[in-house]
Amino acid sequence: MSAHLKQDKPDTANRLDQMKQGTIGQPITRVEGLAKVTGTAPYAAEYPVEGCVEGVLATATITRGQVVSVDRDSVMDMPGVIAVIEDPRMTTRAAQGTANEAPQQSPRTVCYWGQPVALVVAETFEQARDAAKHLRVEYREESDAPVDPQVVDAEEQEDETVRQGDLARAMSAAENAVDVTYTTKGHASAAMEPHAAIAQWDGRQLTVHASLQMLNYNITELADALDMEEDQVRIISRFVGGGFGSKLGLSEETVAAAIAAMELSRPVRVVLSRQQVFQCIMRRSETTQRLQLAADGEGRLAGFGHKALVSNLPGESFAEPVLQSSHFLYAAENRELMLEVARIHRMTAGSVRAPGEAVGMPTLEGAMDILAERAGIDPVELRLRNIPEEDPEEGLPFSSHKLAECLRQGADAFGWDAGPRKPRMTREGEWWIGTGMASAARVHNVGEAKARVTIKPDGTGLVETDMTDIGTGTYTILAQIAGEMLGLDPAQILVDLGDTQHPRGSGSGGSWGAASTGSAVYVACQALREEIANRVGIEETALDLADGRVIGGQTLVDLLGGKELAREGHYEPGAIAEDYTASGFGAFFAEVRVNHFTGETRVNRMLGAFGFGRVLNHKTARSQCLGGITWSIGAALTEALEFDPRTGHLVNCDLAEYHVPVHRDVPDVDVIMVEERDPVASPLQAKGIGELGMCGGAAAIGNAVYNACGARLFDYPMTPDRVLAAMPD
Amino acid sequence: MAETMTVNGSEHPIPDDPRVTLLDFLRHDLRLSGTKKGCDHGQCGACTVIVNGIRINSCLTLAAMHDGDHVTTIEGLGTPDAPSDLQRAFVEHDGYQCGYCTPGQICSATAMLEEIANGWPSDASNDLEGPVEPSGEEIRERMSGNLCRCGAYANIVAAIRDVAGEPKT
Repeated sequence: MSAHLKQDKPDTANRLDQMKQGTIGQPITRVEGLAKVTGTAPYAAEYPVEGCVEGVLATATITRGQVVSVDRDSVMDMPGVIAVIEDPRMTTRAAQGTANEAPQQSPRTVCYWGQPVALVVAETFEQARDAAKHLRVEYREESDAPVDPQVVDAEEQEDETVRQGDLARAMSAAENAVDVTYTTKGHASAAMEPHAAIAQWDGRQLTVHASLQMLNYNITELADALDMEEDQVRIISRFVGGGFGSKLGLSEETVAAAIAAMELSRPVRVVLSRQQVFQCIMRRSETTQRLQLAADGEGRLAGFGHKALVSNLPGESFAEPVLQSSHFLYAAENRELMLEVARIHRMTAGSVRAPGEAVGMPTLEGAMDILAERAGIDPVELRLRNIPEEDPEEGLPFSSHKLAECLRQGADAFGWDAGPRKPRMTREGEWWIGTGMASAARVHNVGEAKARVTIKPDGTGLVETDMTDIGTGTYTILAQIAGEMLGLDPAQILVDLGDTQHPRGSGSGGSWGAASTGSAVYVACQALREEIANRVGIEETALDLADGRVIGGQTLVDLLGGKELAREGHYEPGAIAEDYTASGFGAFFAEVRVNHFTGETRVNRMLGAFGFGRVLNHKTARSQCLGGITWSIGAALTEALEFDPRTGHLVNCDLAEYHVPVHRDVPDVDVIMVEERDPVASPLQAKGIGELGMCGGAAAIGNAVYNACGARLFDYPMTPDRVLAAMPD
Repeated sequence: MAETMTVNGSEHPIPDDPRVTLLDFLRHDLRLSGTKKGCDHGQCGACTVIVNGIRINSCLTLAAMHDGDHVTTIEGLGTPDAPSDLQRAFVEHDGYQCGYCTPGQICSATAMLEEIANGWPSDASNDLEGPVEPSGEEIRERMSGNLCRCGAYANIVAAIRDVAGEPKT
């Protein structure tokens, strides 16, 4: 039996707050924790499959053109080589998130350096790797493929364009105006687990163990790529070693493994090398952004301009949504926003953690810091003065809005000095010390989701959905939601995820998993509660469940009488999405030290205060915030994709040359989670949290760099060479 | 005599193909997939194992180089029924998220605490001689070869400090 909720209006019932189990929000440890720390949690490439052979992708060494020939004979005589798979159904890019159709296929057409062109299969990994390296591929290269976003005519993304009032006039009339241009370098997701798949074909059914974030879309994408029916395909992703957007869409190794398994009638494993993950999955686009702020003497914004240039391959729908939160973060009557895309032949640009705000917020919040200085207003106070009453473009109410609370609580906990600010006030030896802050904002999303919840005759629970847990804590919070609603200890609930044979969840991406799939679990549990109340003979609203029984009454085991009870929950976002603007908000505070002679920046301490609706588990939610803040440090100081200006190929394609933060880069970090219930966000009153922690944090660090040493930088990341160049004498 | 290595107490013949890394030997031949491959180039630390008491990146060494060696992997440190102190502390402090770097972090931390106990200095040490305190900065410096992209560092350090702070029995 199925229960359905389409959320057309705010849910102010706050049902979870009325439940009696007392597990929701509690900082319980992850239910899969022991499996992870003992190495017994299986990731995609690790399933023991008898007779599994190994595939390694061969990738293009030209930027644009055609594969004329793949010389199978060049490797077929090498030891252990079984086949060279070259098939027009093979995919050449990862699908964009929620694409729901096969990405670009036909590997004979090359669109970027590093694109997969063939798969070499051998008995062992060492043999396949060697053969893939020796595979001779002949190309007909088309010269002069554009690879520099600054030299092509960019396409305006018209649905992003906003023109309200007269920004130019507001700028010239402003008492305090800021007009600055920033650049940000591209980013890589760099999830620790490389993309991997094991495909098995029994003549009728294809089963793939893969490392993917959104199985509900990925199964459609895979079936479409292979021209098969969805019921012939099963994808399993029980553990995903990080995603950060890079595993939203079906990726090349999964399709290649599937085709090879079907052609060879043997199980085939394909694992991308780290270099291939960098070069043929997804990059976050580099950006160039112009910020215009027109303020009166009190710092109140009358004009707001944000224009951004990003890039992608021809034909790709995705454009880094740089302006996403700029549309509603600060009030200003005169507004101009515009996003442009340059079509170039670098690898595919797509979602990397917090697409849009991850690079849009650091520039906006850098410009706000300049405005605060020009207007002589404390940076926290400047933000407080510019919080809009309603969405300044759409005129919509906010679903709930905790920016002011985050700013105040964060400033208080950090010990923010609201007095006059000037660079170079503190020096310890070679090091300048300074502080900075920034606002955080990240739009809230929800998606359609289904989940089945069963109460077993023995009184234990089972939650089934194809939702994934990519490290976010899904296993645990779904057990807590079901436990709270059904009066069960989460330890008594088995959460079975990552299998397309289960009801289709939302998938993990865009911070929407908890609110979407959690709501499907909630809907299923609500239906179960109605059935239990019915059996007890009371109204559902009067039903109090805890520790496996009706409080003061029968146990669930007795009520079930030896039979299990199951309901499927189906949650859909409704009209409410059009009626409100929903976002998570927050504030970052950072203290840094900058070396006067080397330009090196170290983060001494950092604090984030966030409002994202109901906290489903204080431990895992805090960890999501810590993760985002860690990414903020990388975006501020070290992370930058570098492309060869001749071929457009990604040069720093490994973890030695692309610098993610390491242990010593990350200091003690404080996280404040501001109490909030968002009735619009979901029937759980919860919003997304996986990305908010990096939406603006880089600016808190950049602003602190300025406050420390007087170097005002307009280019992220703020590497030592750039800091030194901007350092005053 | 056949060449062998001892892994978690069991003896195993060295593989024939000299190209097989210790990492692939563990993951593939022995099906000890708790040791992870993150980069295959010694850049991420996910493949950290303990060889004769010293932590190393198992992707940077060939299986054929370990005749007679004693290798301890994450499976040898503890099990879900009997986890080691560090394994338990990682769960308690949420010192992981996706879990993929976790076995490497724990193997690395296990050997790292021995290095501190033995007084090995690091870049974060004030002095090259004398005892080393397991401070946050010492731990961060010594664990910097183990990347965590989820950004669980603060919790990982808390977990390690929790164990390092306990009196040795």
